[in-house]
Amino acid sequence: MNILYPVLIVLGVLIGALTMAAGLIWLERRLLALWQDRYGPNRVGPFGIFQVLADMIKIFFKEDWIPPFADRWVFIIAPGIIIATVLLSFAVVPVVPNVVIADLNIGLLYFLGMSSLGVYSVILAGWASNNKYALLGSVRAASQMLSYEVFMGLALMGPVMLAGSFSLVDIVEAQRGMWFVVPQFLAFLLFLVAGTAEMRRLPFDIPEAESELIAGYHSEYSGMKFGMFFVGEYLGVVLVSSLITVLFFGGWQGPVLPPIVWFLLKVFAFIAFFILLRAALPRPRFDQLLGWGWKLMLPLALLNVLATGAFMLLWGGRV
Amino acid sequence: MFSIIRTIWEVFLHAFQKRFTVQYPEEKVPLPPRWRGRIILSRDPDGGERCVACYLCAVACPVDCIALQATEDDTGRRYPEFFRINFSRCIFCGYCEEACPTYAIQLIPEFEMSEYERQNMVYEKEHLLIDGVGKYPGYNYWRVAGVAIGGKDKGEAEREAPPVDVRDLLP
Repeated sequence: MNILYPVLIVLGVLIGALTMAAGLIWLERRLLALWQDRYGPNRVGPFGIFQVLADMIKIFFKEDWIPPFADRWVFIIAPGIIIATVLLSFAVVPVVPNVVIADLNIGLLYFLGMSSLGVYSVILAGWASNNKYALLGSVRAASQMLSYEVFMGLALMGPVMLAGSFSLVDIVEAQRGMWFVVPQFLAFLLFLVAGTAEMRRLPFDIPEAESELIAGYHSEYSGMKFGMFFVGEYLGVVLVSSLITVLFFGGWQGPVLPPIVWFLLKVFAFIAFFILLRAALPRPRFDQLLGWGWKLMLPLALLNVLATGAFMLLWGGRV
Repeated sequence: MFSIIRTIWEVFLHAFQKRFTVQYPEEKVPLPPRWRGRIILSRDPDGGERCVACYLCAVACPVDCIALQATEDDTGRRYPEFFRINFSRCIFCGYCEEACPTYAIQLIPEFEMSEYERQNMVYEKEHLLIDGVGKYPGYNYWRVAGVAIGGKDKGEAEREAPPVDVRDLLP
C-alpha cells in the first residue's frame, strides 16, 4: 500500500495532465469559435468532444518525415525534451492536500529550472532542422524565453517571501487567510505575462510567427513529432494555469466544494483566460517584446520584491 | 495598456452574442429567388416543352457545357432531340438563361448536386425537364410566335394581325 500510493499519484497526475492537454485541443477550438461568433468542431460526438480522437488518429497516420538535410538524432530527440520537461514540472504541483508527487523544499526553483530546460527543445529543433526559418524561430524563442525567465523568477519571489518557503505545498497553506493575488497583484500580472511568453502562447508566439517564419522552429516537423510540440504547448498551458492557481489563488482552497473541484475550477478559468488572450490580442513585434521584458517588466519585478521586503520589515513578517 | 484590457473584455463579450454559423445540413441557407443554381428546362402552361432548340444557350455558354440537337415533330414544332448539360463544367453564370428567347432554360435556387461519380454530373433532358413553368407563369412561346405549327396557322397567334397578302398591294 505504501509503495503503491505514490505510483497511483504519479499515474493520476500523468494521465490527468495528458488528458487535459489533449482536451485542450478541443476546448481551445470551441472557445476561440465562441469568441469569434462561430461554433467550432461540433460534429464528432456530443459537442464535438471526440474531435480530439479523430485528430489523434489522423496525426498518427500522417507521414512522419525527417528531412535528409536534418541532423537526424537531434531532430528526433527535440520534441521529446519539451514534453519531458513540462511533465517533470508537474511533479511539484500540489493538486489536493497530500496529493503531490514530490513536495520538494525547492519546488518553485525546480519549476523554474525545468522551464529553462524547455528552451533546449526549441533550440535543438531549430538547429537540427537545418532551415533558416526554423533557426530564426529558435533564436527568437531562446532570447524570448531567457529574458522572460529572469523577471518570472523575480516575480515569484513575492509569494515566496510571504510564505517563507519555496515548497508549493507551504505556499498554498500560507494562503489560508488571504490569497496571494491580493497583496501580490503586481507579481500575479507579471507572472501571467511571463508565463504566456514562457509557453510561447499567443500573443507571444513570436518564435513560430506564421506570417514571418512559416512555423518557426517546427517548420520541418510533421506527423506526431509536430503533434508532440503541440502537446508540449498545451501541457505548458495547463502547467502555468495550475501554477497561477497554486501561487496566487490558494490552490485547492475554497468553501463548500471538495478541494479537487476548486483546483480544477481555478485551473480551467485560467486556461480559458489564456485562450481568450489568444482570441483577443495581436502579436507584438519582436523588439517590442524584448523591450517590454527588460525595460518594463524587470524593473517592476524588482520593485515588487523591494516593496514586499519593505512591508514585511515594517510589519514584522506577514503582510 | 488600457486598450489591451478593453480589447480582451470586448472579445469576451462576444461569448454572449449570436453565432453567425448556419448549421448547414440541418439548417438550410436562405437562398434568394434569383439565386443561380441548378439549371432546369421548363414547360409552357399547356405542358409542352418550351425549348425550341435554337442553340442560343449553347452559343452563349462560356464553358461549352450545353449540347443539344434540334428536331421537329410532325406538326412543325421544333424541340431538342437531346439536351445535355455537363454540370462538372457549368459555372452557373446564367448566360444561357439570358440568351434563351423562350424562357425555357432557367437557373433555380438549388445547389445540392454532389455526386460520387463524375459521369453522374452529366444531366440529360429527362433530368433537366420539369413539369412546371418555372419563373414565368402563363408564357407560351408557340401561342405568341408568328410561326405556323400544326393546329395554329399564320395570323392566329395572340396579338397577331392576319398575314398581309402582298399581291393585294400591287397597283
